[in-house]
Amino acid sequence: MSLFIIALLPFLGALLPGLMIQAGRRACGMTTLFVTLAALLGLVTHLPAVWAGETVTTSVIWLPTLGLNMTLFLDGLGMMFAMLILGIGALVIIYARYYLTRDDNMGEFYTYLLLFQGAMVGIVLSNNILLLLIFWELTSLSSFLLIGFWKHLPEGRQGARMALTVTGMGGLALIGGMLLLGSAAGTYEITEILARRDVIQASPYYVPALLLILLGCFTKSAQFPFHFWLPHAMAAPTPVSSYLHSATMVKAGIFLMARLWPALSGTEEWFWIVTSAGLITMVLGAVIGLFKHDLKALLAFSTVSHLGLITMLLGTGTAYGAMAAVFHILNHAAFKCSLFMSAGIVDHEAHTRDIRRLGGLRHLMPITATIAIVGALAMAGIPLFNGFLSKEMFLEEASHTVLFGADWLVPALATLGAIFSAAYSFRFIAHAFLGKTRDDYPHKPHDPNFGMWGPPAFLGLIVVTVGCLPFLAEPVVKLVTAAVIGEVTEVPGAHLALWHGVTPALIMSIIATVGGLILLALFTPLLKGWDAAPRPEAKQIFDALVGACARGAERLTSGMHNGSFSRYASIFTVTVLAVAAHAWFTGTLGPVNREMLPIEPLPLAGWILIVSATGLIVFLHRNRLATLILMGVIGTMVSIAFNYLSAPDLALTQISVEVVTIILLLLALNFLPNTTPIESPVSRRVRDAVLAVVAGLGATGLTYAILRRDFSMGTISDYMLENSYDGGGGTNVVNVILVDFRGYDTFGEIIVLGIAALVIYAVTEALLTGPVRARLLNRIPDQKQAGDAHPLMMVVVTRLILPVVLMVGAYIFLRGHNEPGGGFVAGLVVSIAVVMQYMASGFAWANERQRYPYHGVIGAGVLIAGLTGIGAWLFGRPFLTSTFGYVKLPGLEKFELASAMAFDLGVFLAVVGAVLLSLESFSRMARRSGDETSEHAMDIDPSRDTETGGA
Amino acid sequence: MEFLIATTIGVLTAAGIYMVMRLRTFPVIIGTSLLTYAVNLFLFASGRLVINEPPILRDDVTSYTDPLPQALVLTAIVISFGMTAVVVMIALASYLNADDDHVDEAQDLSRDRRAGTDPEEDPDTQRGDEKESRA
Repeated sequence: MSLFIIALLPFLGALLPGLMIQAGRRACGMTTLFVTLAALLGLVTHLPAVWAGETVTTSVIWLPTLGLNMTLFLDGLGMMFAMLILGIGALVIIYARYYLTRDDNMGEFYTYLLLFQGAMVGIVLSNNILLLLIFWELTSLSSFLLIGFWKHLPEGRQGARMALTVTGMGGLALIGGMLLLGSAAGTYEITEILARRDVIQASPYYVPALLLILLGCFTKSAQFPFHFWLPHAMAAPTPVSSYLHSATMVKAGIFLMARLWPALSGTEEWFWIVTSAGLITMVLGAVIGLFKHDLKALLAFSTVSHLGLITMLLGTGTAYGAMAAVFHILNHAAFKCSLFMSAGIVDHEAHTRDIRRLGGLRHLMPITATIAIVGALAMAGIPLFNGFLSKEMFLEEASHTVLFGADWLVPALATLGAIFSAAYSFRFIAHAFLGKTRDDYPHKPHDPNFGMWGPPAFLGLIVVTVGCLPFLAEPVVKLVTAAVIGEVTEVPGAHLALWHGVTPALIMSIIATVGGLILLALFTPLLKGWDAAPRPEAKQIFDALVGACARGAERLTSGMHNGSFSRYASIFTVTVLAVAAHAWFTGTLGPVNREMLPIEPLPLAGWILIVSATGLIVFLHRNRLATLILMGVIGTMVSIAFNYLSAPDLALTQISVEVVTIILLLLALNFLPNTTPIESPVSRRVRDAVLAVVAGLGATGLTYAILRRDFSMGTISDYMLENSYDGGGGTNVVNVILVDFRGYDTFGEIIVLGIAALVIYAVTEALLTGPVRARLLNRIPDQKQAGDAHPLMMVVVTRLILPVVLMVGAYIFLRGHNEPGGGFVAGLVVSIAVVMQYMASGFAWANERQRYPYHGVIGAGVLIAGLTGIGAWLFGRPFLTSTFGYVKLPGLEKFELASAMAFDLGVFLAVVGAVLLSLESFSRMARRSGDETSEHAMDIDPSRDTETGGA
Repeated sequence: MEFLIATTIGVLTAAGIYMVMRLRTFPVIIGTSLLTYAVNLFLFASGRLVINEPPILRDDVTSYTDPLPQALVLTAIVISFGMTAVVVMIALASYLNADDDHVDEAQDLSRDRRAGTDPEEDPDTQRGDEKESRA
């Protein structure tokens, strides 16, 4: 089976439980199990090849320029982890089927579980570190969902948040580390990275990359000082704890350290950081674990401690250490998973996990007790159980490791950790299962059905088998070790065996066991001392830290974003000025190489007009009508400037936009107050003025600097000038750019314009149906109303010129491709013609004669433009490729027909629709506000008067 | 000529920024319109100033001004109309709804924030009672 299918199966299967739960819990569980077993089967098909030492690879090129490819590979290490993930996954699925109650949504649970499973399989199969990162983040997210599965429990939600925060931050660090590693190695493929150890370790990126990657690994694998999230994640349902927090997810960090071992290990930095973090974690976890009363908390700290042990082994950087680590990964997964499941059974049956309320369970639930005791003895490192073997190897390795120049330090700490490790294991056995049977359990416990004790019993069997017959596991361990260490060193020849003679490790082991028993005997006084001793509470520190961050963010946000628009404007201005100042002081300015154009009298007059109008606006802006008149002056001058400076198209557009804008503002001003009161104090006005003047000076300087210099790089305009006629069939280059070269942009722009008009329409609708309607109806105009709202002369003139203006619009539209004009300008001109009818003859009169809803016009415009673009597909050309040809009709001169013209027609319609819809919306509001509405165009109409008079 | 255009852009920018910082909707709208003029002129000027060389191809002419900024500014002018219309509509709607045309709501917002969320309060504690109902 392809590696892709193996990695994808859990993801695809995640769709099933949610559906199958309809068919019942049994069907749901069976389906999930089937998915996992199918993936496992697929994995087994590769077993012979991997066993023979081959590496199975699959790859699909995905984003080669980013170095991100879908490459998967399977070697011994990947195989061991994938087997663990899928095998233990299958056991956990069976166990969870019986563990979850009817209140729990089993479909949801299995969906999350399969998502997690897929992400884990993805991590261990990835051959691309970027791909690995994606799966890595997916495990963080899916484990968040699993830990918080019981959404009603505050501990569950808090634990899930904490786990996500810690592992998510680690994930961020890991992304940085991986990118650095990738650039140090020059590749993102793991197989190639592993072969470039010397290049990587010589790179200046090595240390930062190592630190960031280790941060990711340590947070994931709960290494000191990030160990605190794991115990809090125990609020999860027990199947989750046994799956994620003993066998798989917390091993992801270890996996990554093992995976990258050949590339990263063996340096001073690696040795110091990894070994000491592992040692500290191991001792700390073991000590705290002894004093936990919650069975799962005890196991959680034990997991932390054992993960520390494995980390320390990987940190030593020796092949023997790697072998011991691999062996312990396997052993720990087996015994810890079965222990968690046993703890879950106790919780399930006795309704408590508090060790102080338990005891004597050996008589009430003998099967569970046996499984748990087997697991706990392995955890303590007692001979004939698998934990003993790898712990021996650990102690052996520790006795050779020298840290901080003291050769006694590591062995002493390792023994200390082992003593406490033995002690909590013995406490787990003695205080929960041994002792007298009690009669005050919250619920009378008894052994559960086979579905629940079967999976841990199976794991227990492995524990004992490996423990008694270690040579069975030896080839597996050697194979995986070979995969871990790569070609860096030889696989050690040491055998896995029960008896190596009287070695330092054996002596340390004996000390640990005896010490553990002594600690257990002294447990009551020790606990008193522990409870009395002051110690930092990780959750409180974490909460305080998170709270401080949240408050800081809150303060920053509300400081900048306090709802004051003028504050945003000032912040924006100051920021732009600061950036510009930085550019000014650090950048270099090229030489002046452009002559100034002479200043002619007419432009100078225009300049005087525009500058004085702008100045007057600032001083007169409280009189709003005067402001609008001045705005008209500026707009007119700007369009004249465009015309003067060789931009006839812009001039036409600007002047027609000016007209509709002023009409629009007048319509709005009809409702708004006519004056702006003086509110801001003088100091504030001075401050704003200073900011504004500085910004204005900056803009002036920037523009002047640009205008006095030629283009620093070649422009693309030459291409457009050259190809406008041959390629686009038009001589008006601006129009050809709009409808042809940059047709896509224009297409987007007419859509935006249409959306803006629709927004206006929607707001009007909302206003006119809401409480504002009553206000508008009752509104008394604050200005005197004209006696003759629709004067005769104006009505007559507008009607007379309507066909003329429409003609002009059509003319401008048709010539647009070759002369100044085009869809935009034509649309605006036609809109003005129609708006004039509204203004002269009244809203009701005009609306009655208006047959096409403006939304429809917008839609038709966008549609025509889009269809023109799609039309190109029919000829096998890309979207919006234009074509043109010349047509000769009898009686007419030869003229050109271009597909771009149809596109321009779309632009035209969209502009007409958008402008008219906006203005119409404003007028509708005016109509509501009690304006005289007459169906007659003219208030005083001689012809009507004679009619009525005659009758 | 370059000087005239540069100062025009500068004056429009300064006036626009000053007006945008006022407290009522109308001057803010005027301010954005002034800034629009300034920005359009600036974009147009980035094609450099040329007189009597419109980008309309003629057989006997070889030198033309840069057409690209013109095309960009043309759509910008039309879009800015759409933007102005939307902003005016929003201003009008808020004025008609609240009978107030201030743009700053600084006091109201910060008061709401203080009343709404207490940083000391853990959202989890509020729902603690659900735990009992399940057990």
